[in-house]
Amino acid sequence: MNSVTTAQPGWQDQARAIARRIRLRVMEHTITNNGGYLSQACSAAEILATLYTKIMKLGPSEAPMIPPPFPGVPSATNTDYFTGVAYNGPKAPELDRFFISPVHYALVLYTTLVEVGRMAPEGLAQFNRDGSTVEMIGAEHSPGHELTAGSLGQCLSQAAGIALARKLKKETGRVWVFMSDGEFQSGQTWEAMQVLSFHQLDNVGIYVDVNMQQCDGAMADVMNIEPLDMKLEAFGARVVKVDGHDVEALAAPAELAPDGRPLVVLAYTNPAQGIPILEERRPKLHYVRFKSEDERNRYRAALADMLGE
Amino acid sequence: MEILSRVHARNLVAWAADKPEVLVLSADLTSSTEIDLFRDTYPDRFFSMGMAEQNMMSFAGGLAREGFLPFVHTFAVFIYRRALDQISMSIAYPNMPVRMFGFLPGITTPGGATHQATDDIAILRALPNMTILETGDATDVESVLDVAHAVNGPVYVRTLRGEIPRLFDKNDPMRFNRARVLSEGSDIALLSSGICTEEAMRATKALAARGVSIQHLHVTTLKPFTDPTVLEAVAKARYGVITMENHTIIGGLGTAVAEVMAEHGLGKRLVRIGLKDTYAHGASRSYLMREYGLDAIALVHEVEKLLGTRLNITEDDLAAVRLEAVHSSAKAEAL
Repeated sequence: MNSVTTAQPGWQDQARAIARRIRLRVMEHTITNNGGYLSQACSAAEILATLYTKIMKLGPSEAPMIPPPFPGVPSATNTDYFTGVAYNGPKAPELDRFFISPVHYALVLYTTLVEVGRMAPEGLAQFNRDGSTVEMIGAEHSPGHELTAGSLGQCLSQAAGIALARKLKKETGRVWVFMSDGEFQSGQTWEAMQVLSFHQLDNVGIYVDVNMQQCDGAMADVMNIEPLDMKLEAFGARVVKVDGHDVEALAAPAELAPDGRPLVVLAYTNPAQGIPILEERRPKLHYVRFKSEDERNRYRAALADMLGE
Repeated sequence: MEILSRVHARNLVAWAADKPEVLVLSADLTSSTEIDLFRDTYPDRFFSMGMAEQNMMSFAGGLAREGFLPFVHTFAVFIYRRALDQISMSIAYPNMPVRMFGFLPGITTPGGATHQATDDIAILRALPNMTILETGDATDVESVLDVAHAVNGPVYVRTLRGEIPRLFDKNDPMRFNRARVLSEGSDIALLSSGICTEEAMRATKALAARGVSIQHLHVTTLKPFTDPTVLEAVAKARYGVITMENHTIIGGLGTAVAEVMAEHGLGKRLVRIGLKDTYAHGASRSYLMREYGLDAIALVHEVEKLLGTRLNITEDDLAAVRLEAVHSSAKAEAL
């Protein structure tokens, strides 16, 4: 397939540029809409940029550049139903699949789709608009989404089922899952790790945004999950710890030949990376809603500085 | 009456022989849910998921998205109580064709409240896209696979295991959304499901001998609940309607019938036999059916109350009833 995304010379610069533009666009969006999941863009920008530009073998988008409206919920009689999977290209035995688990990152994923040319910038204007598929908490009809993963911890198990199915069908494409570190507080995540390991589903690769933040604040104060690498290794995973803002370090584990173990890349990140003004809001970074017009203006100034760089 | 053993075990193996897309998932209850024979016959299609039901349900949803037909097997309680969110979001919302076989429904287990699925129908009936089937005998257990197979979406099946009677003619399979008409009558409409039907049949024989005319339906499709046979039976019942189920009276068959009656303006008395908003405890099935009033004599007493007369039917009368496999009198053209 000649349309498969392949790594070009200089992919690192491309990935870094896309990561920067993800932050800028989410920042702009947050200011315009007086709210947004901004820290998730800061922590995950390089992870998603590297997945979409270097790691994943995806065909070109088959979805409209402007996302279509909500088609109604799935049912036996809803023949108009579609999922957002077409933004990640066709399904084919040799192509990879992508699943986003913490769909509170939807804004970051939509922005990534825009920056890699799979969705029009105008599509983002539909974010959180009534009747739109570009929902605030993504669901399977949302661009780039294939599963309804908003009840956190369910995506990995579903992806594991898909990975087993792909092995049974002798498909060579891999199954990539993007996860948040908070999901490792949930029992189902460990049930899923157990099954991935037991059934040797080494076609699964998991990128975890370890930003050490959750809704209530710093994870170490809410419910500690460390040492995450040792826990995962004890569950039989192949664990690689990387700097989640280093695109080369992020891409390297995906080059490892599968060895029977599920791959888990723990990408340690800074939830204020690239937007230092966010540091003021610690310890609560989960969702940014401006407390005053003054604060919003200071973010406008910060954005202007970023654009001027 | 013929008693059969391990009906599901043998039937599933034969039925799935030409259906390579059927995969069986087990949560550490392989022989307890009669899938050991499947495991031994088709080892490549059997997957041990361990005692981890939440993962198993979402995992099944993933398999279904890729075109497989996952047949999840465990005790009924562990399906809907442990993994309701997973059923709802990984299976029901996307309308995935996952088949969930829930064993030991209601008080059929001496395992006590932790093992007794006494509110499963109530809870799963509320899930959009969900189909709910219940088996009452060997013929139901044999034919429920075809009924479920024709459903485009998730199906939950209350399944019987071990030694089970054949109440219905072997050549008279379960039909989707169509009750079996076991007797015709116009005094009382009786709707029973699952293991309660055998008890009801003992009572209706004795009641018929006393001249009570009963329209007896064995209900196997609990959702959807749009079977016109139900409405017809209710409409002609002179003294009232009785439902009888191995489940709490809240949210199951009795509630479904009440909804149909109310929506059609059929103002009649309705008696719901079942667990009266209570958990149960660990004891034998016959003991619990007596204790909670789910047996034949309990039905006789409710009929007496509706008729306002004593019928002088004794335990001995009921014990003497001999049941033969019956052919539903449901009209074929009504399909």
